[in-house]
Amino acid sequence: MITANIHKKLRSGYGQVDLRVKLQAPTGSIVVIHGPSGAGKSTFLKILAGLMPTEEGKIAVNNRIWLDTSAGISLSAQKRRLGFVFQHYALFPNMTVRQHLEYATNDTQWINQLLKIGCLDGLADRKPEYLSGGQQQRLAILRAMAIKPALLLMDEPFSALDQKTKAGLIADLKSIWDALQMTVIIVSHNPQELEDIATQEIYIEAQ
Amino acid sequence: MDWSPIWLSIKLATTTTLLLLLIGLPLAYWLSKGRSLFRVILESFITMPLVLPPSVLGFYLLLAFSPQHGIGKWLHHTFNIQFVFSFQGLVLSSVIYSMPFMIGPIKSAFQQIPASLAQASYTLGKSERETVLKILLPNIKSSVLTAMVMTFAHTMGEFGVVLMIGGNIPGVTKVASIAIYDAVEGMDYHSANSYSLFLFVFTFVIVTVVFVLNRNRTKSPLE
Repeated sequence: MITANIHKKLRSGYGQVDLRVKLQAPTGSIVVIHGPSGAGKSTFLKILAGLMPTEEGKIAVNNRIWLDTSAGISLSAQKRRLGFVFQHYALFPNMTVRQHLEYATNDTQWINQLLKIGCLDGLADRKPEYLSGGQQQRLAILRAMAIKPALLLMDEPFSALDQKTKAGLIADLKSIWDALQMTVIIVSHNPQELEDIATQEIYIEAQ
Repeated sequence: MDWSPIWLSIKLATTTTLLLLLIGLPLAYWLSKGRSLFRVILESFITMPLVLPPSVLGFYLLLAFSPQHGIGKWLHHTFNIQFVFSFQGLVLSSVIYSMPFMIGPIKSAFQQIPASLAQASYTLGKSERETVLKILLPNIKSSVLTAMVMTFAHTMGEFGVVLMIGGNIPGVTKVASIAIYDAVEGMDYHSANSYSLFLFVFTFVIVTVVFVLNRNRTKSPLE
């Protein structure tokens, strides 16, 4: 179970914005977050990940407190051990596809399985600059999943994929998420594409 | 031609570059991480040798490390270290004088790496140290190479600050640039020309090598 209650003041295209999000999601659920640009969707994910501070907030995952601003508790991103798929992938230019996964885990069998799921097994020795946008996006997803996180955060993870690839990848990912009992939070501008698998939707708007 | 000034210049430039690499990498990384007033002031001090007359820096170093008083006296009596008119004095002044050439390109390179790369590493459970060593540094190696070569080349050409703190002691502080000045003073234009030509060609070659190595990776080292 993940519970989060966040309040942060943001500056965006709308001027000063109050980001207020309440979330309660059982383990294994898939939460889709949508809303207008600049409302704070990506910021909310970064706060969950411990990559951005917030004025007020509480986050607990599986009864473990990650953040409690009133008690002065804030676990570092390293200690939260969650998977994060960045909007612009944040791939490491110096590493090949396989090295990205080896950086995250030593489990060779799991790495091979991930490469197969992402259809990147034939491209394992390529660096990101030699991958297409869709391949880079798949690698970013695989890298985030390599540590088998309890919570997986994804910021527009399927935007560069064609319909066919997207459908196949989502089906494969869903089976892994179910098997690992992973809770997944996905920011998407196109929530319809995930309506078959989403267990919960949250709309964030600029306030 | 007496080659000892050339070798001394190369020894000084190599020592300075290696020392500045050790100091410069962590300092440039730290400076790239924020814009606090303290960081800005420190960066101003580091950058000042780019615009300050070398004689000003040399004069203050001479005062500070004079064995007659202050820090220089204490260092001389306690550790038997003398910076004035010695090779270690040349190294100290070169480290200060060439510091902006090492720090500037590396700091800019750290700042140009998207923050999300380090963040991605942190979410994989990696420490800041591991992230710097395995993600950030490998992705700025061309800038580090540029900084090293520019530092080396700049130290090879130092004159004012070296003359102020080191004087002109053959085999100890008489580097190539001082030897040129000395030869011209003595009207030995043949030696002056030999040293000058060597420095000209040597500097041109190493700067060109850096431009060639980085031609597809970075902008001009001066940008």
